[in-house]
Amino acid sequence: MAELSVQEIIKPENLVYQKTKLMTDKALSYCPGCGHGTAHRITMEVIEELGKENDTIGIAPVGCSVLAYEFMNVDMQEASHGRAPAVATAIKRLWPNKVVFSYQGDGDLAAIGTAETIHACNRGEKIVMIFINNGIYGMTGGQMAPTTMIGMKTSTSPFGRDVALHGHPLKITELVAQLPGTRFVTRHSVHTPSAARKTKRAIKKAFEAQIAGEQGTAFIEIVSNCNSGWKMTPIDSNNWMADNMFPYYPLGDIKVDGKLIEK
Amino acid sequence: MGELKLMKGNEALAEAAIRAGADGYFGYPITPQSEVIEYLMAEKPWERTGMVVLQAESEVASINMLYGGGGTGKKVMTSSSSPGISLMQEGISYLAGAEIPCVVANVVRGGPGLGDIQPSQSDYFQAVKGGGHGDYRLPTLAPSSVQEMSDFVPVAFDLAFKYRTPVLIVSDGLIGQMMEKVELFDPIPRWTDEEIVEMHPWATNGKPKGGERRIMTSLYLDPHVLEEHNYKLQRKYAEITKNEVRYELLDAEDADYLFVAYGSSSRIAQKSVRLAREKGIKVGLLRIITLWPFASEIINEFTEKGIKGFLSVEMSAGQMVEDIRLAVNGRTKVEHFGRLGGVIHSPEEVLEALEQKLIGG
Repeated sequence: MAELSVQEIIKPENLVYQKTKLMTDKALSYCPGCGHGTAHRITMEVIEELGKENDTIGIAPVGCSVLAYEFMNVDMQEASHGRAPAVATAIKRLWPNKVVFSYQGDGDLAAIGTAETIHACNRGEKIVMIFINNGIYGMTGGQMAPTTMIGMKTSTSPFGRDVALHGHPLKITELVAQLPGTRFVTRHSVHTPSAARKTKRAIKKAFEAQIAGEQGTAFIEIVSNCNSGWKMTPIDSNNWMADNMFPYYPLGDIKVDGKLIEK
Repeated sequence: MGELKLMKGNEALAEAAIRAGADGYFGYPITPQSEVIEYLMAEKPWERTGMVVLQAESEVASINMLYGGGGTGKKVMTSSSSPGISLMQEGISYLAGAEIPCVVANVVRGGPGLGDIQPSQSDYFQAVKGGGHGDYRLPTLAPSSVQEMSDFVPVAFDLAFKYRTPVLIVSDGLIGQMMEKVELFDPIPRWTDEEIVEMHPWATNGKPKGGERRIMTSLYLDPHVLEEHNYKLQRKYAEITKNEVRYELLDAEDADYLFVAYGSSSRIAQKSVRLAREKGIKVGLLRIITLWPFASEIINEFTEKGIKGFLSVEMSAGQMVEDIRLAVNGRTKVEHFGRLGGVIHSPEEVLEALEQKLIGG
């Protein structure tokens, strides 16, 4: 069999995969091994597949993904710490036919922004909230997050998270699922190709509901790794996440079409 | 002649928002301005003009709703009173940094802390010296009547969009709560979405087909880039200072002394001028309308003409008086008189202060 030349390989008809045009060419600021890049990409792929490139407004948080607007090639707003759901609320109410999503980390969504998260979900704002839970404050150098696991060492829990001192890891996703305003609440991961595909399907379902004008908020948690903050190799961090975080933050749908899933 | 109504200042502000073609109001109740959102919720402007009204979970959420809405090119507004405005300061700084137009009204009450719910002017520093973090300024309009609570709303929106900046309206509990006759201006139609897209190409309301995405941010990690951004903001503030100073003079032509006052205090000082003139004291009033940019130039002119002194009349311990002193720069006497903590001074007290601090002093 004759070998294909490079020119032949890169012909459009031979293309099996390409980066979505809704990711910019800017090099990601995330650490190698981090799940943010995958979460960004599948989110943007969904927007592209739904043909909403020109009708989407995304809200970036404060945290590791503070620069999400550098990578996501749609109109973006950079919110102050924790306020993305309030920002998104106003945009969606003022532009009901546009597609609006927030992309937030655990400190942003579940600590400083808890009030905005709960109330946007409780009002049933017709937005998609994508929540990256890596159990640590990556950008500021590895401090404890509201979702940090018990016993986990961070720079502000140097002897491990102690319930008596720091309280419990917050299951904000279960909490918002209890609110009548949420329609679709689900928890996923992006640490394997199949997990990323499942997560992408969930994100697509969430955006499709918004585009269809269905009532209620869509809330997607992605349990993710922080290999640098956890001081592990990427592979070790993914294994640690599966062994330690998934039992506490179980993957799967929590609420679908406004109904809590019986477990 | 526009429609005449007897209204509270807060109600006039709310009605003016609808008539100014506002697209959204986001607010949280606080005395003495809760009538603003009460009026809007009862009036249902979503049926009249399509305007969105939402009671937010906090002032923090309200101001960030303005960030979201203003960042898409819509006309958005909030109102609150002193403690609530303090909560908004972080958001206001972000709005200034990201150059997002919006209108924020402060119906000032006594402070510090929870203070009281009586009229005060002790938030002047917060309004004109920053309030939030960073090098920024806010055009600040100070209505002195229910009429101006209405009239200044479209002015504020015009300034906000002309300069892409948050604009403050600073009144107080007296103007917010009192009822006066107001002539309402004719409604200005809301911009259509198409008009917004056309007029505000910077706004993030969906990437233009075949165009570049837009970003609303106040983050510039490279210090040299941030410095450039800050210089750009400063050039804008210089432009506003050049073009947008507003004030009013009363009995000032032959005056030996001038009261300088804004808002409720200027109404009281008007009476003090009459009382003084009856006694043969030549005093006039410089009524400040824009707290920032400040009327430094006219104060300089009066100083050059040899005015004997200025008395700043404020319901505070003396805040605006510092800006008068900066403009005067030691060339003539500048004194302050004011009651604190929500106590309103009488016209007689103001005149007495003039006599004691400037004429006799």
